[in-house]
Amino acid sequence: MKVDVSKPILDRNERMAAENRLLFDEHGVFVLDLLASPGAGKTSTILATIAALRDRYRIAVIEGDIASNVDAERIKAHGIPAVQINTGGACHLESDMIRRAVDTLDMAEVDLLIVENVGNLVCPTDFDLGEHVKVMILSVPEGHDKPYKYPNIFARAEAVILNKYDTMPAFDFNEDDFREAVRRLNAMAPVFPMSATLGDGVDAWVAWLAERIETQKRAGSDT
Amino acid sequence: MHEMGVVSSILTACTKTAEREGATRINEIRVKVGELSEIVDEAMYFAFDSLAPGTLAEGAKLIIDHVPARSKCVECGVSFGHGRFDITCPECGSFFCELVQGRELDIECIDVDLPEEAVAGDRVEEP
Repeated sequence: MKVDVSKPILDRNERMAAENRLLFDEHGVFVLDLLASPGAGKTSTILATIAALRDRYRIAVIEGDIASNVDAERIKAHGIPAVQINTGGACHLESDMIRRAVDTLDMAEVDLLIVENVGNLVCPTDFDLGEHVKVMILSVPEGHDKPYKYPNIFARAEAVILNKYDTMPAFDFNEDDFREAVRRLNAMAPVFPMSATLGDGVDAWVAWLAERIETQKRAGSDT
Repeated sequence: MHEMGVVSSILTACTKTAEREGATRINEIRVKVGELSEIVDEAMYFAFDSLAPGTLAEGAKLIIDHVPARSKCVECGVSFGHGRFDITCPECGSFFCELVQGRELDIECIDVDLPEEAVAGDRVEEP
């Protein structure tokens, strides 16, 4: 006998993601999910973002890693609330992990919540966490051909940060090819060249981000 | 890469449905997977063969229906199929296109065996 099931495979994840989003919207919290491969500069980008925006917004960070709490400690050292999630081998964060982390933070005291996903260009793209935007970072040493190898993440991201831009002279990175490949996958996504550790190019990125935080804050104060 | 988790979600949902129907076993599970999702068929079958034993779905067949990617051009409105790498409107050449399908990850239906008497009972009740 045939029985209809008709539900998303990731039903549980999607339901919790929707609940998370509702909670964030109620508090006017803007949530950014940062995706990149290991070593692309996710934590450095977060630190640069904190330095640029901490006087304007109350920021909190959720750090996703397979193991260790070194990233959360790095963030906390700057006086920013940070929660470490250890996935214990899992290759991506899921919405219920975010909820447990969020429950340890005071959402009334946060304007911008940055989620650093597990370093991986494949799995995190399929999982909604309840975030408002997914942004990906590609670092110059990884090569300009990555959009051809990992198209989904480039198609999914709402903005692309091209990090370690200062190392361009040392690598055979064709920026025109890279931008064209990103445009073919995702014409709406801006590309922000940046050197997070030097602070170069951070202004354009945080201006884009601040615009979205403002919109969310206005929406939050309306409810 | 996360096929184990995906398959375990499929099994949980399907065995729950099968139990609710009073089924004795699941013969077939049919799922819909968009071509733009990060799912590999071989890894799905491998995970299924590893996780299904001991559940109602032991020995069941996993059928994966692939959903091709399609987008709609924001500028000229034409709808078109495409691959993973080049989402460009074939009519006007615009890059501004919205995905219509291709990211599905859905359970469609299952085929189950019911105990003999339940099947007979169902038939009587059918209009």
